[in-house]
Amino acid sequence: MTDILRPAADWELKSMLAQLGAQNMAVEIVGAGSKRGIGHPVQAAGLLTTASLRGITLYEPTELVMSARAGTPVSQIEVELASRGQMLPFEPLDYGVALAAPQGMQTIGAVFATNNSGSRRISVGSARDHLIGLRGVNGRAEIFKSGGRVMKNVTGYDVARALTGSWGTLAVMTEVTFKVAPLPDDIATLVYTGLPEDLAVEMMSLAMGTPYEVSGTVHLTPKHAARIATAPVGGRATSITALRIENFMKSVRYRKGRLMEALRAYGQPMELDLEASLGFWGEMRRLVPVTFSDDILWRVSTSPRKAAELVATLRRHMPVEATYDWSGGLVWIEIPDCADAGAADIRRAVAIAGGHATLIRAREAVRREVEVFQPQAPALEKLSRGLKEVFDPQGLLNPGRMYQTM
Amino acid sequence: MTAILLPEPESAVVARRDAIVKDLVAILGHASVIGDEDGRRAYETDAFTAYRCMPLAVVLPDSTDGVAQVLAYCHRNGIKVIPRGAGTSLCGGALPAEDAIVIGVSRMNKVLEVDTSARSARVETGITNLAISAAVGPAGFFYAPDPSSQLACTLAGNIAMNSGGAHCLKYGVTTNNVLGVKMVMIDGTVMEIGGAHLDADGYDILALIIGSEGQLGIVTEATVRILPLGEGARPMLIGFESTAKASICVSRIIASGIVPVAIEFMDRPAIEVCEAFAKAGYPLDVDALLIVEVEGSEEEIADRLGYIAGIAQELGPSSLVISADDAQSAKIWKGRKSAFGAIGRKADYLCMDGTIPLSQLTYVLEEISNICKRYGLGVANVFHAGDGNLHPLIMYDANDARQAERAEQAGADVLRLCVAAGGCLTGEHGVGIEKRDLMRVQFSDVDLAQQMRIKTLFDPQWLLNPAKVFPLDGRPVPAARASDPAIAAE
Repeated sequence: MTDILRPAADWELKSMLAQLGAQNMAVEIVGAGSKRGIGHPVQAAGLLTTASLRGITLYEPTELVMSARAGTPVSQIEVELASRGQMLPFEPLDYGVALAAPQGMQTIGAVFATNNSGSRRISVGSARDHLIGLRGVNGRAEIFKSGGRVMKNVTGYDVARALTGSWGTLAVMTEVTFKVAPLPDDIATLVYTGLPEDLAVEMMSLAMGTPYEVSGTVHLTPKHAARIATAPVGGRATSITALRIENFMKSVRYRKGRLMEALRAYGQPMELDLEASLGFWGEMRRLVPVTFSDDILWRVSTSPRKAAELVATLRRHMPVEATYDWSGGLVWIEIPDCADAGAADIRRAVAIAGGHATLIRAREAVRREVEVFQPQAPALEKLSRGLKEVFDPQGLLNPGRMYQTM
Repeated sequence: MTAILLPEPESAVVARRDAIVKDLVAILGHASVIGDEDGRRAYETDAFTAYRCMPLAVVLPDSTDGVAQVLAYCHRNGIKVIPRGAGTSLCGGALPAEDAIVIGVSRMNKVLEVDTSARSARVETGITNLAISAAVGPAGFFYAPDPSSQLACTLAGNIAMNSGGAHCLKYGVTTNNVLGVKMVMIDGTVMEIGGAHLDADGYDILALIIGSEGQLGIVTEATVRILPLGEGARPMLIGFESTAKASICVSRIIASGIVPVAIEFMDRPAIEVCEAFAKAGYPLDVDALLIVEVEGSEEEIADRLGYIAGIAQELGPSSLVISADDAQSAKIWKGRKSAFGAIGRKADYLCMDGTIPLSQLTYVLEEISNICKRYGLGVANVFHAGDGNLHPLIMYDANDARQAERAEQAGADVLRLCVAAGGCLTGEHGVGIEKRDLMRVQFSDVDLAQQMRIKTLFDPQWLLNPAKVFPLDGRPVPAARASDPAIAAE
C-alpha cells in the first residue's frame, strides 16, 4: 500500500481502520508529519494523515473554550484566538528548527497526542491539563468520545487526558476541545547573565515561589545562548537566565520591581520590554537554542532540585550544552553524536535523579537501536501493554513508535 | 429511597463474615479492624445519606503495606472492597455493600516531604485537603483544589473523585494538581506512577486513576503541586435583579480578559439561607448574587475589582459591595462554603452537580426551576459560575417516601437537561451510585465499553467499588472469581 490515507470524516476513518484491521495491516499515523523524526521509526507500510480533518468547530471566547478537528494547523487556531485577544496558554513548541523539519505546520491533534507544552507550562499547566474533550477512532475501528466542552467534568474515566502523550499509538483523534486563555496586556522579561547552572536553577525556583506569577523561567548555557538573535540578549558568549512576567500593565511594572528586589543577590538583570519579550520567548518556543545539528538532543524531565546536578554528572562523561526550562524541571541536553546516543549515561543519571528522558534527535540508525522513550518498570510496562490492548488489540496504530515491542 | 438498584450480596461471602474478620485481624491486628455491629454502623453511608448498607467489615490500615496485604487477601478470596476517605461523597461513592470490606485510609495522614524549591509535597492520602495547605502555609504555599468539604475530606477521596472547588477556575482541579501517586493494585502490587517531576512518562495512567472513583486501585501516597500564596485576595459582591443579568456579567468579565480566581453564583433562596447563617452582608433584595474574587497586591486588587465593577455597572446591578477587610472576606466565603450545611438545616436536599456551557446558564436555571415546580419541590442554586458547574439543591422531606422519590426524579431530569444543553452529569462530585444509571444519557455503549475495558484491565474480577459508575446491565461478565469453588478445586 503506497497511497496515503486521508480521511475527511469520522466515519471514513472508521471504515479505513476497519479495513486495515481486516487485512491485519499496521499504519503510521501523522498530522502534518513535523515530528516524524522523534521516536522509533514506525514499522508500517501505510501512512494515514489527519490533515483533511480540518476546521474550528466551536469557539466561545466568553467560555474560554475551543473545539477543532484534529488536522487543523495550530497556526490557524492561534490566528483565530488572537483575533479575540486570546491564546493557547500552554504555548506548544514548534520542533521545526530543532529537527530541520518544516516550521509552522503542526496540527492541533498532534499537540495533544504528544502533550506538547512550552515554557508557560510551569505556571499554567500542560497541553494535557487544557484538554477537556475529544472524539476519536480507536484501533478497534470504533468511534468514541470522552469529556466534553465544559471545563469541569468528572463523568466516567478521563479517557481524553489518558490519550495525551500516547503518540497516536492508542487511537486517532478526530476532534479536540480545549481551554484557552486571554492574552496578557503586557509582558516583561528579566535577563540575568553569567550565572552558573546551579545558581540559575536556584534563582528560577526562588522566583517561582514568589507570589508574582512568573510565567516562564529558562536558563541557557553559553553555546545555546549564542543562538538567540533577539536584541539585546542575542549574540552573547555568556549564559543567560530569563524570567517572564505577564499581566495588565500596572501589575507587570509592580511585579517586575518586586521580583528584582527579591532576587537582588543574583545581580542586576537586563529588562526586555513587550516587543523584545515576544521575540525572545518566540525563539524559545521555536527551540532556537537547540537548532538542528549533528549533535544528539535529549529531553529530560526531573525535579528542579536535581537538574543542575544531573547535568554536572553527565559532564564527567561527555561535553554537554543544556537549556533549562520549567525552572529546571525540563532540561534539553545536547551532546556530540555517538553510537548509543549517550543513552547508557543519561538513563543512569536520570535513574538517580528521578524523572524520565526522551531521545528527541539522533540519526535514524541510532533511533532504531536505542530506547527512545523512558523504559518502564515491569509493573508499569504490563499496565501500558494492557492499555494498548484495550484500545488497539491488533497493534494497528503506530507500532513500535513509543516502545519497540508495543 | 429504593430507586437505585444495588447488586444482590454474595451470600457465601456474607456467611463467612466471622472467619473473614478473623483473617483481617491476623493481617492487621485488632486495633485496625472493625467487625462489631456498632463500629460498622458508623460506616454504613457517606454524605449521600439516602442510601445505607452495613459493610462486611471495616479496616483502617496505617501503612501502604497494610493496604497491600488486605487487597491481596481480598483478591485471593474474591471479596469486594469499598475504598473510603472521610466519607464525604455526595454521590454514594463510598456506599458500602453487605459482602464488601471497607478499606479506610484516614489513619494514613502524614506529610512525608515538602519541597518548596520544586513546589511539591509528598503526603499520605488520608490527610485532609485543608491539612495539606496548613502544613505548607507557614512556608508561604497552599494546595489549590478547595472543595467545600475541605476541612473533612481526604486527598484520597479528592483523587478518587477528581474534586474541584471554588478556586479551580484559575488553578484547575485535582488532576491538574497531582504529579505522582503510589497506588496499590487489587492484587496487592504497589505501583509508583509519576513523581516530583512534571508530566509522567509513557501513557498518562495518572489521568485514568484520578477520577476513577476507587475502581482501579487504592492510592496511599501522592506528590501534589503546591503554589505560592498570593499577596492578598479580596472578593466583591454583585447583586442583580435577574439571573439573566448576572450570567451576562459573568460572560463579560471573562471575555474582557480577566480570569478571577473565583466567580460564585447564588440565587435568592440560597442567599437568604446563607445570610441567615453567616451574616456575611449578602444583599437580600436581589435574585442573583455573584461573588467575584481576585488576587494580588492591594493596588492590583483595587485595580482589578474596579475594572470588574465597571463591567458590572453597565448592567445596572442592584448592589455592588467590595469586601472591606479580611474579616468580611472570611464571612463572605464562610457563607458560600457553608451553603449546603445551612440549607440542610432547613430541609433535606439532593445536591446536583451538572456542568453546562455558560452561554446556556439563563435557560438552564429557568428550566431547573420549572422542573422542580412540576414535581412540587423547592430548589436553591449555589454554584461555580466561572466554569458552569451548577449545584441545584432540590429540597424535600426525607420522611415522606413519595416526596423523596419525586426529588430523585427531578434530579435525574435536571441532569438530563444539563447534558442536552451541551454539558455533563457531574462536574466535581462523581458518578457513584447516584448517577450510575444516567451514564447512557451522556455516553454511547461504545464509550462505556471502552471505559469498562479499562476497569477490567486494572481489576479483572471487578472487586473494587464494583456497584458504582457503570450501569449494572451491559457490564462484561466478570472473569471467574478466584473464590469460585470450581477453580479452587483445580
